[in-house]
Amino acid sequence: MTGGETDLLARVSDDLPALQIAVPLLSAAVCLIVRRPRAAWSVAMAVAWGSFASACVLLSWVLHGGPISYAEGGWQPPWGIELRIDLLNALVLMVVTGICAIVLTASPRSLDQEVWREHHHKFYALYLLCMTGLAGMTVTGDAFNIFVFLEISSLSSYALIAQGTTRRALTSALQYLVMGTIGGTFILLGIGMIYMVTGTLNIADMAVQLATVGPNRTVLVALACIGIGTGIKLAVFPLHIWLPNAYTYAPAVVTAFLAATATKVAYYVLLRFIFSVFGAEFAGEMRLDAVLMPLAIAAMFVGSFVAIFQDDLKRMLAYSSVAQIGYMVLGLSLATVSGLTGGLVHLFNHAIMKSGLFLVMAAVLLRVGSTRLEAFAGLGRRMPLTMAAFVAGGLSLIGVPLTVGFVSKWYLVMGAFEAGLWPVAVLILLSSLLAVVYIWRVVEVAYFREPPEEAPEVQEAPFSLLAPTWVLIGATVVFGIFTSLSVGVASAAARMLLGIEL
Amino acid sequence: MFEGGLYPYWIVIFLMMTGLYVVISRDNLVKKVIGLNIFQVSVIMFYVAMGKVRGGTAPIEADGFTVYSNPLPHVLMLTAIVVGVATTALALSLVVRIHEAYETIEEDELRELEREEEA
Repeated sequence: MTGGETDLLARVSDDLPALQIAVPLLSAAVCLIVRRPRAAWSVAMAVAWGSFASACVLLSWVLHGGPISYAEGGWQPPWGIELRIDLLNALVLMVVTGICAIVLTASPRSLDQEVWREHHHKFYALYLLCMTGLAGMTVTGDAFNIFVFLEISSLSSYALIAQGTTRRALTSALQYLVMGTIGGTFILLGIGMIYMVTGTLNIADMAVQLATVGPNRTVLVALACIGIGTGIKLAVFPLHIWLPNAYTYAPAVVTAFLAATATKVAYYVLLRFIFSVFGAEFAGEMRLDAVLMPLAIAAMFVGSFVAIFQDDLKRMLAYSSVAQIGYMVLGLSLATVSGLTGGLVHLFNHAIMKSGLFLVMAAVLLRVGSTRLEAFAGLGRRMPLTMAAFVAGGLSLIGVPLTVGFVSKWYLVMGAFEAGLWPVAVLILLSSLLAVVYIWRVVEVAYFREPPEEAPEVQEAPFSLLAPTWVLIGATVVFGIFTSLSVGVASAAARMLLGIEL
Repeated sequence: MFEGGLYPYWIVIFLMMTGLYVVISRDNLVKKVIGLNIFQVSVIMFYVAMGKVRGGTAPIEADGFTVYSNPLPHVLMLTAIVVGVATTALALSLVVRIHEAYETIEEDELRELEREEEA
């Protein structure tokens, strides 16, 4: 390597946190210019996989060298905008970019069916913009930046949802837009109140200043505003009503993408504000757990229970997401190391299993043309690999040992015991039984019911869709057995959030 | 409660509640979008009021001026205004598409149509 090349490499690696945002943002414009569907897809693919690779590099740097701070434009924090990557957001960033890349790999066949080819390049541009927003929310160390990136990702996701084939996609997108904007505005209001008290927008500096100011009413109202705002974006029960419609009527790949990323990043923002800005002590004094825990438990039961009665499987999985978000929030509200580890591991685990399951829906939609329960009759024999993926993902949702679902529930149950709340542990197990019911309904129809006589021949899903699905489903098993990466990083991040030394 | 410097915040709260109430109570989608706009504008006013110092001028160094308003919240609101415009534009374009697809923008009628579709 010549000197010039090493210089360039060193400079690129120095700027890696900023490139995580800049590259997808600029490439979105490139997608609009190239126009040809496959060319735009190639651009998006290169960017998404590149982002995933650099997210992995960032995670390994953070694991070995501690948090990375990057002063944007050379303006030193707390005056300039800081990008700050520690274990927590390195993990979230890896999940978000990884899911982005895998879902994008699977998308062309499914999109051919659902979106007009003339619009494909716009679709990929929106997809990259959404990824920019999500990655930006994750890496930034500046509170106002979180709001801006939140709106970038939200606006593009409203447009992505509106691409759905039925006209109900439009009303669902508008419903999400109204609720999402209210959520985003509440977050902005909360950030403004913290700024009033602390005079800073840098998250790390906010925490320092808040500690000297001490609790007062403005801080309390700020906590409430941010809690409600992120609660809407995260779809915490009972603020989840936008989610089932949006997930059901969006194009299948959009659902697979958003289900695994948008709510996860909102969860990250909530964690960041509660634990890094306000501090676990303040949240404990305000009895935040007393608000969040009942809502989380209600979500676990209501989400799973409503899922049982859905005839459209995309809708069923959407309600199941409401329940799974309940588990994540439960981990947060326990505020013990195991509980928080459980919540974070579930963020990771739920992202891979839910996007895998929604890709199964994309495959079925492609081959059968419907995701209603009756369309699944006999699919166990006609699309064996696709349905096997559904079963494996379903087992993970239930939390069967050797799958990732078991790992997250194990830590949540441990967290409940640590907090001395054994009834919560029982409720976790009981709600898992509801998942058995809604997964079994599908398995029964797919494997034990004959397809109707006049049903047309159905082929197995194409390889381009099947391979990404199995990568995700395979990951649910691999990370269910080898937990050192996911649990290791999550528990270290949980200790960091709670301020416990490693 | 109404003494001196706090009255802008009362206006903020009034606007915010007006906006939120319009979003919740109106069935007409365009009116909903207007409500959303009022809601967002209230937060812009909140930031502007926060940065204003009584008797302060623009933060430009000049002889005879020593009191300056805080420019940072004002600058932040430029971004928030852009976000608000983008949201409104997207919302209105969705309303146009909804009108094309359903031939109504009254939420109760939309709900009725969707219920019929499901049945």
